Amino acid sequence: MLTKDTSKLSGLAALLRARIIETSSKTGTPHLGSCLSCVDILTALYFGVLRIDTNNPRAAGRDRCILSKGHGAMGLFHVLAERGFYPLSKLDTYGEDGGVFAEHPPTPDHLAGIEAATGSLGHGLPLGLGMALAGRIQDQTFNVYAVLGDGECNEGSVWEAAMLAAAQKVSNICVIIDFNKWQATGRSREIMALDPLAEKWRAFGWNAVEVDGHNFDELLQALEKFPNAIGQPTAIVAHTVKGKGASFMEDDNNWHYRIPTAEEVIKSKLELGVSL
Amino acid sequence: MRNAFAEEMTRVAATDKRVVVLSGDIGNKLFDKLRVVDEKRFYNCGIAEANMMGVAAGMALSGLRPFVYTITPFTTTRCFEQIRVDVCYHHAPVVIVGTGSGLSYSELGPTHHSLEDMAILRTLPGMRVVAPCDASELRQVLHEVLKDDSPTYIRIGKKGEADIHSSLPELKLGKVLVVRPGTDVALLCAGNMMSETLMAAVILAKSGVSAEVVSFHTVKPLDVDYLHQASKRFNLLVTVEEHSRIGGFSSAVAEWRMVQPQSSNQLAFGTDDVFMHEVGSQAYARKKYGLTADNIAASTLRVLRAPS
Repeated sequence: MLTKDTSKLSGLAALLRARIIETSSKTGTPHLGSCLSCVDILTALYFGVLRIDTNNPRAAGRDRCILSKGHGAMGLFHVLAERGFYPLSKLDTYGEDGGVFAEHPPTPDHLAGIEAATGSLGHGLPLGLGMALAGRIQDQTFNVYAVLGDGECNEGSVWEAAMLAAAQKVSNICVIIDFNKWQATGRSREIMALDPLAEKWRAFGWNAVEVDGHNFDELLQALEKFPNAIGQPTAIVAHTVKGKGASFMEDDNNWHYRIPTAEEVIKSKLELGVSL
Repeated sequence: MRNAFAEEMTRVAATDKRVVVLSGDIGNKLFDKLRVVDEKRFYNCGIAEANMMGVAAGMALSGLRPFVYTITPFTTTRCFEQIRVDVCYHHAPVVIVGTGSGLSYSELGPTHHSLEDMAILRTLPGMRVVAPCDASELRQVLHEVLKDDSPTYIRIGKKGEADIHSSLPELKLGKVLVVRPGTDVALLCAGNMMSETLMAAVILAKSGVSAEVVSFHTVKPLDVDYLHQASKRFNLLVTVEEHSRIGGFSSAVAEWRMVQPQSSNQLAFGTDDVFMHEVGSQAYARKKYGLTADNIAASTLRVLRAPS
């Protein structure tokens, strides 16, 4: 199931982007730009790295992945469907009353493949750190991945967790920051003093690397170097573009909340090379 | 209670390999014996309670049974959102222990008082709220909480609380313990006000009033079976707690009374809706808020003897 073939991963990411854009249009779900910026990160993880079994989603030794930027849920839901946790048709109920697909991930008890219900920012890394420490206590060798937004790094709890992880030399946790340079109302490096982001993680005792978050070679290489041999936790600062995949959405923060029209869905699919 | 907590946790951790203790940079040396049991199952998480609560939830979601320990305001109000989302929304079996509850740290000022903790935690779906009245109740509670996968908040004092129970009948969460049987009025106490409540019963006895004294060690779920039978036996239920009268134990009893076709009257003792701006010992603070045996007895007597 797992592959390191970057052309396969790219094709998969394009397909996922098209589906996400279509779901946003059909269901009126916002945060499209935020979903599209982390599609390649999630694709690399779920199809290239994570040791998970869709037939046994709660297996004790599985790798854990938490989408801490929970507003990217629409992307995660499509990734989990494509990975085989549930059929794609289940997503036809997206946003329907009584269903499970909200604008943020539900709890693990309500949807297979989810490790934690997120949506309030700054929760995924502490939760993931607890899971990583549980692995140490239980003599398990699994890895924990937490995908954070750059805006999410405003939250103090992120840095509380960063300090504890380094102090405890928790090497089996990897943070991937979807650094799309925007948060809800403006440039993330202007609203709070975010820069230099990788340097900040290094200063907190983490092994930090920077990659092009849309380049599968770079993403996979960085992920392969984790866990770090000297006991440090790992932070991958992935430079991304908000709205990546549809030229008219890219780096335009209006797509934090805008919903694409049917025509814009067609235009996106043409650009992504996905059949209509 | 604090030392009993550390001592009993060491026993609990020795017998249950799922148990982990997380401390928010307090209890220097308190947990030394626990660390000997298993160094890997004790973490000083620093002065970072929001993260500590999330870490505990992550551990609980991985099959462990973490106990989070620090001074009450910092393990409740400080990180309420992490308790709500990470612990309760996931129904993660985290045990939150607040030490120095109520006015135990009176001299430290309102930053260290906790008179709202039961009120806010009681609102969270699935959360159990437990306030043992002495060390022996606490010891049993620490074992009882592990028999169920619900999150739990345990509110404890600091040190030097009187032992109430000489021999303790089997404690079950959600089932009261009658400390002193009586026939005229019921004095219901949640937590560390038990000594004053018992003394109030002694004072009432001198006036010919037989008061039943009950330990409501579990504020949620409330023992409604006891309340049903008590409201048949008594015209007046008196609630006592070192906590605001808004939202805590007295409110829980009042909420229950509200939906009964008929029930007893209620007299509530708790703290007023103010912060304490002057310095004072716990005894001073209790007196200020009317949380003394004398005031409880006198006020109860006044109500019992008032023409209806």
